[in-house]
Amino acid sequence: MRFGIVVFPGSNCDEDAYHAVRDVFGLDAEYLWHKDADLKGALRTGAMARFSPIMSQVRAFAEQGGPVLGICNGFQILLEAGMLPGAMLRNRELKYRCEHVHLRVEHTDTPFTCAAAPGHILRIPIGHGEGNYFAAPDVLDRLEANRQVILRYTDPEGRLADAWNPNGSANAIASVCNESRNVVGMMPHPERACEPLLGGVDGRLIFESVVTAMAIR
Amino acid sequence: MIDGPVLERHGLTRDEYERIVQFLGRAPNITELGIFSVMWSEHCSYKSSRVHLKTLPTEGPQVVQGPGENAGAIDIGDGLAAVFKIESHNHPSFIEPYQGAATGVGGIIRDIFTMGARPIALLNSLRFGPLHGPGTRRLLEGVVAGIAGYGNSIGIPTVGGEIAFEPAYAGNPLVNVFCLGIVKRSDIVKGVASGAGNSVYYVGAKTGRDGIHGATMASAEFDDKSAEKRPAVQVGDPFMEKLLLEACLEVMKSDALIGIQDMGAAGLTCSSTEMGSRGGAGIEIDVAQVPQRETGMTPYEIMLSESQERMLLVVKRGREADVERIFDKWDLHAVRVGEVTNDGMLRVKQAGSVVAEIPNRALTDEAPVYHRAMREPDYLHEVQRLDLDALGSHVVAGRLRAGGATATRAEARMENARAEAGAVQPGESNAVLLSLLASPTIGSKRWVYRQYDHMVRTNTINVPGFGAGVVRIKGTSRALALSVDGNGRYCYLDPYRGAMLAVAEAARNVACAGARPLGATNCLNFGNPERPAIMWQFAKAVEGIGAACRALNVPITGGNVSLYNETDGKAIYPTPVIGVVGLLEHADRVLGRRFRRAGDEVVLLGEGHGELGGSEYLKVEHGMVRGLPPALNLDVERSLQDLLVALAAEGLIESAHDCSDGGLAVTLAECCFDTGAIGADVSISRTGISQNETLNTAAALFGESSSRVIVSARPGQVAAILDRAAAGNVPARVIGRVGGDALRIAIDGQLVIEVAIDDAERAWTSAIEHYFARRVA
Repeated sequence: MRFGIVVFPGSNCDEDAYHAVRDVFGLDAEYLWHKDADLKGALRTGAMARFSPIMSQVRAFAEQGGPVLGICNGFQILLEAGMLPGAMLRNRELKYRCEHVHLRVEHTDTPFTCAAAPGHILRIPIGHGEGNYFAAPDVLDRLEANRQVILRYTDPEGRLADAWNPNGSANAIASVCNESRNVVGMMPHPERACEPLLGGVDGRLIFESVVTAMAIR
Repeated sequence: MIDGPVLERHGLTRDEYERIVQFLGRAPNITELGIFSVMWSEHCSYKSSRVHLKTLPTEGPQVVQGPGENAGAIDIGDGLAAVFKIESHNHPSFIEPYQGAATGVGGIIRDIFTMGARPIALLNSLRFGPLHGPGTRRLLEGVVAGIAGYGNSIGIPTVGGEIAFEPAYAGNPLVNVFCLGIVKRSDIVKGVASGAGNSVYYVGAKTGRDGIHGATMASAEFDDKSAEKRPAVQVGDPFMEKLLLEACLEVMKSDALIGIQDMGAAGLTCSSTEMGSRGGAGIEIDVAQVPQRETGMTPYEIMLSESQERMLLVVKRGREADVERIFDKWDLHAVRVGEVTNDGMLRVKQAGSVVAEIPNRALTDEAPVYHRAMREPDYLHEVQRLDLDALGSHVVAGRLRAGGATATRAEARMENARAEAGAVQPGESNAVLLSLLASPTIGSKRWVYRQYDHMVRTNTINVPGFGAGVVRIKGTSRALALSVDGNGRYCYLDPYRGAMLAVAEAARNVACAGARPLGATNCLNFGNPERPAIMWQFAKAVEGIGAACRALNVPITGGNVSLYNETDGKAIYPTPVIGVVGLLEHADRVLGRRFRRAGDEVVLLGEGHGELGGSEYLKVEHGMVRGLPPALNLDVERSLQDLLVALAAEGLIESAHDCSDGGLAVTLAECCFDTGAIGADVSISRTGISQNETLNTAAALFGESSSRVIVSARPGQVAAILDRAAAGNVPARVIGRVGGDALRIAIDGQLVIEVAIDDAERAWTSAIEHYFARRVA
């Protein structure tokens, strides 16, 4: 198994994802330059920009069932590219927000949450100015009915509460998947929560899930 | 023609003009005059400050690069160097807060990667007028959003900083930004041009008319016409800078590069003359080759533009294609705009004809140097006088009521806190503590720092608000601790002592994280140096910095001077801001301010002397900025810092927090915050400074005596800590124990403070946030 981390000219967290995969988990990872039209390996995690040559490859890979994770800016790009439903608005308070949040795992039948138990509470940082998830009411209804909401912002006990929704996301949505469940977007940064020195390891679960999912496949 | 008004617009004196004529042997043309005016501006030439700055200690075995390059560097082991510098962007931030602050961040980042280092951390030091004052909230919001907008987008974490609110900054806020990067020692790149025939390249954003005369603007006072100078503020593009950063670091890995410098203040002019001057070479530039955003730009405008995100490179002849290829990969267009010569001249051409020709030396080494007149300010003796007994006679009747909206707010908050505290008997000191915690200068800065991405790059092990910012160095066991500190009020009362205290506090904060302070950078914010009283403040502050840096072994490796911080003739407090960088051998031994667990012992390192001069207590409770700032014994300070580093390395202590604004009581409260409401029980003794017992109590609780640190430790380690302290000649004693859910402080057996941590923390957390209460439901 091999992680591909797509690097765009303006992307930031590519090195962080690379560090998490390679140095923390000891897994195989490589950077994929956005101008390349070849995926080289198997599994991708990271950010993507809609019109770069690599995106058509990512889309094709996803259509074959390959697991694709978009974190933060990566989630925004998956939305822009139409690979996930919905859109991101500016945070409710119109300010960038960087802090730890609590997330409740809603569903575990995706390659990125399969190592968790439903209802599991994760403490993982966010860092975004546009993470206010928005979708039309009928789209939200369909997402809920299809069990496509993967993570929700909650209080530390896993209860929904407006004060614990950091950006005003509809239905407190922090993560959704596509209908085939192999493409997942999430605003929080699991790669920032993989080492005790950084103040928490709950993000490991996302990476461990991929490892588990790939082992089963 | 060049007459009086033209010279005035260029900020040049008649004498300076005569000097220019002498250098050239003829009258300058307007392009040349423009070039001289920016290079001889205070901002670029340091003409008023240079004679004083020369006295600063800049050497030491740890120093890899001292002042004079784009940034300083210190050795941090493993063959690596930390490259860092602090810089001001005060004037642009006042005129246009978002862009002014954003481009300040962009500029300091360029200074760091220009040295070949990858930037990994940002800090900032900000000063504003009182938060309830007109315009302050808009300024704060704009500056913070600008810093966030740039730093977050480019992916460099802002890991710490400081903010203070004082009326003295209402008409002239301070925005000082610090950046640190890491580079292999052997890979450091310099801003030097050499080798006649080598190519000069321009890369980055196109040149526009923005920012023309920014350097001159930064060298003049403000008045009500300043808003008209808005076109002199540049617009930042962090995406372009990200491309430049990655592309330049890649170019530096090839051996095709001779030197590189960013086009900051005074743009193309400053970068080309400084590079030429450092290499003893000349540079010839054809402005027609310079990529331009607007049509019809004159050589004058092109040479003086301060458009952002531009770099100047000197590339080995024959290697141009290699460099161009790398920039192409990043969708950047590198353009050859000239070449290095061996005649030591800055020669500007336009389509073949020479439009400016000036010896580099005249613009750099031989720029004017002034020994400005100095005189002790008249206000000093008056404000240094603090008659505690007179003050005490007022205090008997209860706390003095300071005037203005702050007092009203503080009163209201105190009343609330008293009511909420319920069962707790609200003593006088309780209320004072709560109002100090609710003072924006002391209160939590969470509203600010959570707008900064402080975690990107996954190195941050001490986030903002928890002590010095600490970043681990990937691939090693080590970490760096960073702190920026300054206290304008102290420096106003005594610039020499105030500046020493700033160095000591920054170094102490670094030591509190467990790191050994290694080097420093300074940003010197002062008023108009042409006033003898201001120049005296400047000279005294530099003396103080020098004394403290020598004693604490933190040489100054670079920095920045910002003068003319005045609006309508009213100067800011003299405000030297000091950034200190320290090294932690084992990242996992890092310490923060928070108590860790109930049952740990609380140990006070250092001694209080009940000093109230210049304190936040006097300001908040009595509306008074008076007295002498706390005394500082540099030997004691050095011993204290050595002890902290040793205790941390041995793993003997669980937390460490510097005792500064608000004194011991505020420090203890802060040790309890963000812990899930763990309290502490502490017992101290009174210091007799006055006939008045209330003041004596206040002095013990809220006096800001220097060289003090609160540490917590497992009970089993206390004996070892006291041993180490005794061996190091540092006063130390157990003053209490962590536990409960309240902070209780007794003086000589009498309980004077008893506040539930939840209540205290609410006052502290909302100090700034309540000014920006959420507007959307």
